[in-house]
Amino acid sequence: MIKLEAKGVDFYYSDFHALKNINMQIESNTVVAFIGPSGCGKSTFLRLFNRMNDLIDGTRLTGQCLVDGKDIYDKNVYVDELRTKVGMVFQKPNPFPKSIYENVAYGLRVNGVKDEKLIAQRIEESLRSAALWDEVKDKLKKSAFELSGGQQQRLCIARALAISPSVLLMDEPASALDPISTSKIEELIYSLKKNYTIVIVTHNMQQAARVSDKTGFFLLGELIEYNDTKKIFLNPDKEATQNYITGRFG
Amino acid sequence: MKHLEDELLALRDEVLNMWDLVYSQLEKAKSALLENNKELAYEVISREKRVNAFELMIDSDCENHIALYSPVAIDLRLVLSLLKINSMLERIGDFAEGIARFAIDTNNPRYENLIKDIQVEKLFDAVLGMLQDARIALENEDTKDAVRLFSQDDMVDDLYKQSLIKIAEFIKENPDCALDCIYLAILDRKLERIGDYCNNIVEEIVFYIDAKVMKHCGLKK
Repeated sequence: MIKLEAKGVDFYYSDFHALKNINMQIESNTVVAFIGPSGCGKSTFLRLFNRMNDLIDGTRLTGQCLVDGKDIYDKNVYVDELRTKVGMVFQKPNPFPKSIYENVAYGLRVNGVKDEKLIAQRIEESLRSAALWDEVKDKLKKSAFELSGGQQQRLCIARALAISPSVLLMDEPASALDPISTSKIEELIYSLKKNYTIVIVTHNMQQAARVSDKTGFFLLGELIEYNDTKKIFLNPDKEATQNYITGRFG
Repeated sequence: MKHLEDELLALRDEVLNMWDLVYSQLEKAKSALLENNKELAYEVISREKRVNAFELMIDSDCENHIALYSPVAIDLRLVLSLLKINSMLERIGDFAEGIARFAIDTNNPRYENLIKDIQVEKLFDAVLGMLQDARIALENEDTKDAVRLFSQDDMVDDLYKQSLIKIAEFIKENPDCALDCIYLAILDRKLERIGDYCNNIVEEIVFYIDAKVMKHCGLKK
């Protein structure tokens, strides 16, 4: 089943043509990695799927971005509602200046959930799904800033999971973390695949190879190649892909 | 990424150097047997240690390359191919040593005609040619000519089968030489296996360059 789809997507930052005729289908419960050099458009493309680019002045989109077959740029789509379905985790952990508990509860509260018992239950579920529960269960009222970088990132993932999205967008989620925390995030991505569709932007080739089912290679705003990760890393179809992943790019 | 390419080239050159040594071992084993040159046979046996040392060094360098540089795509295929080619070259080196030992042990003058009759020299030349052609394919990264080796291997197989028939006939006529003839058949078998290894080496080169898996799929025909 197709979860996310781009149909003839072009995107502009004022005059700059950042994405050129992107067509892609992402199936449910898969992990897809976007790779490519800085400025190639991979993060811009990722952010389109929960309309994070709407806030940037002078941007323009043509084509369609679909989630569950519905165009998310349709006038009738509410962005808040969309973001309950499509969660996002950023490069740097960005917990709110609140307790661990309130960080995870935040999304539920702003979406009108008032039942404290339900909130507590969702917090535990989300923290368990984010592989953080055992480490924080005895200090839920402590400030989120007391956690390590890796724990903070997993907290942000738990915060995104709390509102039960079906898609998780991750923009270089482990680039600021040490190898142990990176490994935990990667394990987490692997285990979350059962229930979520995950799209991850990464500059780490090995990470893309380890965690993803499919990989898309972007260059100068174009989707050069999109295929099974095994195929991309053993025998890519395009020379540009091979040059990039083997480090001969440029 | 220049230094990574240099590392890969150095790894490939190590394999090509080992290749030259193995080729020379096989060539000397041939001369030792056909010219009854026992001194040359002892030289082959003594130099077998160098082949083994090459194998260990290349194994270790491939492991290091994978661990340190995490190669992907064509680079990964090259390292994996070199690992397997390394192992096959070592086996060919073992066969050359085995042939040299046979050359030392054989003292039966009645063999000379039989060896000519079963075309041992032709078998040797065929497998030496295959080994050389496969090396050129790797060095030039060109698989077009290399795939011709598959038909050469068929010729080697035919020669081997014919030689077994002749050896069997010889045993019937000279039952007292049965044991020595069995050793000669084993020697022939070693040459036939070298042909198979050359075949497998070319399959690895095709995997490296064209990313095609030719094993067990009948594509060669």
